[in-house]
Amino acid sequence: MNIAIASGKGGTGKTTVAVNLALALEDVQLFDCDVEEPNCNLFLGFELEPVEEVTCLVPEINPDKCTLCEKCADFCKYNALAALPNKIMFFPSLCHGCGGCSLVCPAGAIEEKLRSIGRIEKASSQTSLKFLRGILNIGEAMATPVIRSLQRHLDESRPVIFDSPPGTACPVLAVMGCADYCVLVTESTPFGFHDFLLALEATRALNVPVGVVLNRDGLGDSRVEEFCRAEGIPILLRIPNDRMIARLYSEGIPFVKEMPDWKEKFEDMFETIKALVCKSTGVQ
Amino acid sequence: MRQLAIISGKGGCGKTTLTAAFSSLSGNSVLADCDVDASDLPLILKPQVLKTEDCLGLELASIDLKLCTGCGICREICRFGAVLENFTINPYGCEGCAVCTVACPENAVSLMPRVSGQAVSSITRFGPMAHAKLGTGEEASGKLVNLVRKKAVELADRYSCKLVLIDGPPGTGCPVMAAITGTDLVLVLSEPTVSGLHDLKRAIKLTAHFRIPTVACINKYDLNEKKSLEIEAFCREAGIPLLARLPYADITTEAMMKEETVIEYAAHSGDSGAVEFANIVRNLWAELEMRLSETFKKEMCPKALRIRGT
Repeated sequence: MNIAIASGKGGTGKTTVAVNLALALEDVQLFDCDVEEPNCNLFLGFELEPVEEVTCLVPEINPDKCTLCEKCADFCKYNALAALPNKIMFFPSLCHGCGGCSLVCPAGAIEEKLRSIGRIEKASSQTSLKFLRGILNIGEAMATPVIRSLQRHLDESRPVIFDSPPGTACPVLAVMGCADYCVLVTESTPFGFHDFLLALEATRALNVPVGVVLNRDGLGDSRVEEFCRAEGIPILLRIPNDRMIARLYSEGIPFVKEMPDWKEKFEDMFETIKALVCKSTGVQ
Repeated sequence: MRQLAIISGKGGCGKTTLTAAFSSLSGNSVLADCDVDASDLPLILKPQVLKTEDCLGLELASIDLKLCTGCGICREICRFGAVLENFTINPYGCEGCAVCTVACPENAVSLMPRVSGQAVSSITRFGPMAHAKLGTGEEASGKLVNLVRKKAVELADRYSCKLVLIDGPPGTGCPVMAAITGTDLVLVLSEPTVSGLHDLKRAIKLTAHFRIPTVACINKYDLNEKKSLEIEAFCREAGIPLLARLPYADITTEAMMKEETVIEYAAHSGDSGAVEFANIVRNLWAELEMRLSETFKKEMCPKALRIRGT
């Protein structure tokens, strides 16, 4: 079972929920898919070892064969190739690696080579929690291929928790699209609610069942719970607006470690999610 | 015209709260809400829409099933896995590269335009604003950010504004790069948490990569004063001026609930904490204005703002 922890708004507590949930359970996997800002390990403190380099195929133009016909530059939809009077210029960070330029080159002057855009790492220690994360290199634009590479390391036999990036754009959909259940973390403020609705729209477009974790409960008003009640969206957990929790977070300490009664609350939440997934798929 | 971008790496550091506050202080600026995934400035500033424009994103492949013989070449050649088994296109996978259109021996594939979102020009109580709505799951949010910035510059020209205030998206990827390229100054917000510091470092690496003068500010500094000191030490080491330390206060939420900027809220609430908070924001704004001024630019060329130890 794959559970994605997501939210429209940044800073609502996705990583907090993902890490604490993973630590409260036995024998699960945690995948940090927020490859632009992978923060889970700041709270886990694992030694990490590289698993693979995430690469993208990019063109290499052989100037001896190139006839400067400009077909490659005309074809490229991403403006990664520009035809100058005496050469073709290549802008690696714009390239999506579609391979179109080498396909259309009539002179066979374009070969493709691998370029690193990020990497996948895993926790080297043997614990009951299997942790992997992806990191996008700074200055690189394409988060989605890193997320896809990360997802290839899934062990289908155990539950997995995905810490998703914020927002509702392509990288988020790549995470939600792989999930059997999506937990949306939000707070009951105008910003929180507005961004929650955007994320909800995304889960509905993908037909993923969804539940809510209300973070900083007590802050703001009751607009999120009123909405959830009206729409029949389960509120799985409430995390109070507690300075102690905020303080532990700031130190990088997952609060299930310091406040043991929360372990049970997260376990309960997981059981509820399991039941809800069975209900929505109709299988045991 | 000058451009100031407010970013944070990590979400929830207070980018939108501060941008809104700056707009109520600046008097003569255009706002550009570049967090096109989750655009929240309009919730505070209640814009009146002047004009909406579709943003065309990457095109979308479409297979004419009458011509398709099911040979499967398109599916093999597509690097994005966007051609499904029944020879329809998964719109969330397709990046509009057009490889399938040239590979198809039957010429059955064509590209269709696709609207990835809308850019909106508006007017608010503090001046003009450009913002956007990205379609769910669309790829081209960098492109939409560029369009929002273009609209903001047009508005600045039309209303003779001297400054564009950019509310940036979280992260370090494509939309953030689109939001900061070509700006005169970037303000990076941080918070005294392990993630706040980690993401500040990544954000500063990015601004260094683009060689943009960068300043920083700590929000909620009293949540963890030890971590705040670490951030200060890091900024000193990296040569990033730290302009302000804002306290952890509920007034930011209270102002948001009332759909006001913290400056407006402080002016009528009479709450001493709110007034104090607003004064820190005022000082921060004065610092930023000074750094954006022409004289400062002449005396402190970007070369002087070195970035070390990142």
